[in-house]
Amino acid sequence: MKFYAVILAGGVGKRMGNVGKPKQYLQLGSKPIIVHTVEKFAIHPGFERVLVLTPAEWVENTKDILRKSFGDSEHVIVTEGGAQRNDTVMAAIDWIEQHDGIDKDTVIVTHDAVRPFISERIIEDNLAAMKDYDACDTVIPAADTIVVSDEGEEITTIPDRKTMFRGQTPQSFKALRLRELYTSLSEKDKDWLPDACSIFTTKNIPVKLVAGEEENIKVTYPADLRMAQALIAE
Amino acid sequence: MLNTIYRLAAPRRFEKVLVDESFHGNEVLVRPTYVSICMADQRYFLGTRDPKVLEKKLPMALVHEASGVVQYDPTGRLTPGTPVLMVPDDPHETDPVRAENYLRSSTFAGSSEDGFLQELVRLDPHRVVPIEHGEVSGQTAAFTELVSVSMHAISRFEVTAHSDRATLGVWGDGNLGYIVSLLLTRLYPDSQIVVFGRSREKLENFTFASATYLTDDIPDDLQVDHGFECAGGNGSADAIAQFISLVRPEGTLMLMGVSEYSQPIETRMVLEKGLRLVGSSRSGRKDFENTLALYREHPETVRYLSRLINAVYDIRNVDDITNCFEMDSHPHFGKSIMKMSNQG
Repeated sequence: MKFYAVILAGGVGKRMGNVGKPKQYLQLGSKPIIVHTVEKFAIHPGFERVLVLTPAEWVENTKDILRKSFGDSEHVIVTEGGAQRNDTVMAAIDWIEQHDGIDKDTVIVTHDAVRPFISERIIEDNLAAMKDYDACDTVIPAADTIVVSDEGEEITTIPDRKTMFRGQTPQSFKALRLRELYTSLSEKDKDWLPDACSIFTTKNIPVKLVAGEEENIKVTYPADLRMAQALIAE
Repeated sequence: MLNTIYRLAAPRRFEKVLVDESFHGNEVLVRPTYVSICMADQRYFLGTRDPKVLEKKLPMALVHEASGVVQYDPTGRLTPGTPVLMVPDDPHETDPVRAENYLRSSTFAGSSEDGFLQELVRLDPHRVVPIEHGEVSGQTAAFTELVSVSMHAISRFEVTAHSDRATLGVWGDGNLGYIVSLLLTRLYPDSQIVVFGRSREKLENFTFASATYLTDDIPDDLQVDHGFECAGGNGSADAIAQFISLVRPEGTLMLMGVSEYSQPIETRMVLEKGLRLVGSSRSGRKDFENTLALYREHPETVRYLSRLINAVYDIRNVDDITNCFEMDSHPHFGKSIMKMSNQG
């Protein structure tokens, strides 16, 4: 079984405020967020390569930034992602197929570039889950009550919180299985899909849950960056 | 790299801390896979150290006994996945005469610097000792540091004690006594290794020893040529007194048990018998290497040592660490091992 880390750095940070660049390039402690994230995967011996997928206009800058940490590495590859998240994941699969070859046991471990606090334990649990599943998703229990409202005006229903989880990343997939399922979807379904794991769940294929961690936060809003800075001691 | 460190913030309270660390340079990144709790760790956890010491040292990551795997070696010398022993002694200078573990400038994991309860530990290559796959289990490798401490004491004994080594006494029926007496039986096969303890039940584990005795039931004619004090704590004074009483002239006693308080010694008899009392503490890389050499020459040693594994706890979060320390704080024979995350 071959594992590839796929770092999704496609977001353009519209929610981050007027910061001038995508949120994954903001400084956290001594380095840009994306460097912290890539480091965790780059030093893990379980991966064939670490693919970093960015918008076209950020490919060269990202190469420069990562070169400072990893030198001219064939292990850490920066390449262009797609228009939407799932397009980016497909671009990663295509890249692997074209450069290294791919088979049914090739696994991609996809992770948000803006989740730098990923732990070794979560990575290990993702790799372990893929021995028995075609897909797995990293989640934490919902701390707040989830309220469902169809129209956004009144409560439709309140599900039992014990059955509710919040999705984090990584999400890991058998690469060929994911592409096969995705390409079989209609364009309308592709637009509707909220998440890559739902490609599997809509086809009733089990997706294993991996325990995430509260600290594995996504730096999305300006307040998140302040929170992330505060999480780092010393 | 954002590293996770599990520090003891106050007695009985661990906290998870994220630290921004650089991993470039020569340092090897090692992922601890199995770590072992020592009495010294427990004294911090339970808060039985001097309050001033606790105030000075905490918060600090505990644990100085650990085995791990190489996660990343910037120099490329060690392949990722290589199982290794982690050396807690951290020398900052070399001395042509004095061993690294006695230099006052040296620091030590879990005592004067963060210990091995970390997601990834940055170690100078000097502090990383590779082992062969399958040579020794991760659990046993975890407390090989304690074996290296015993090895170190025996190597000091070898160059200090006179050559009549017919009978060697070991005081202490705990983990350290077990390891020291076990190693002595391998390294001095022509000597009688006799063990003194206070618990008949614990002494029954010492099947390899020539004889075991309860400290209050010693044959009148029993004498030893040299001794190893592995009692520590309040038992030190009694062990030293009994050694002084039983030893033939000019014997050597290796002092290995840690005591929080001063212990009285009957110096009159030390003088009259011309005894040598030699302190021995901790170990360095050389002692780890010597320990591995002994494992290879006497493979049965590893099986004897595996008997010391009292319990293995799966550690996935801070609460698991706290629970493991709580369980370990109850009296028992053997070592409590923590299996870090889901490593094999």
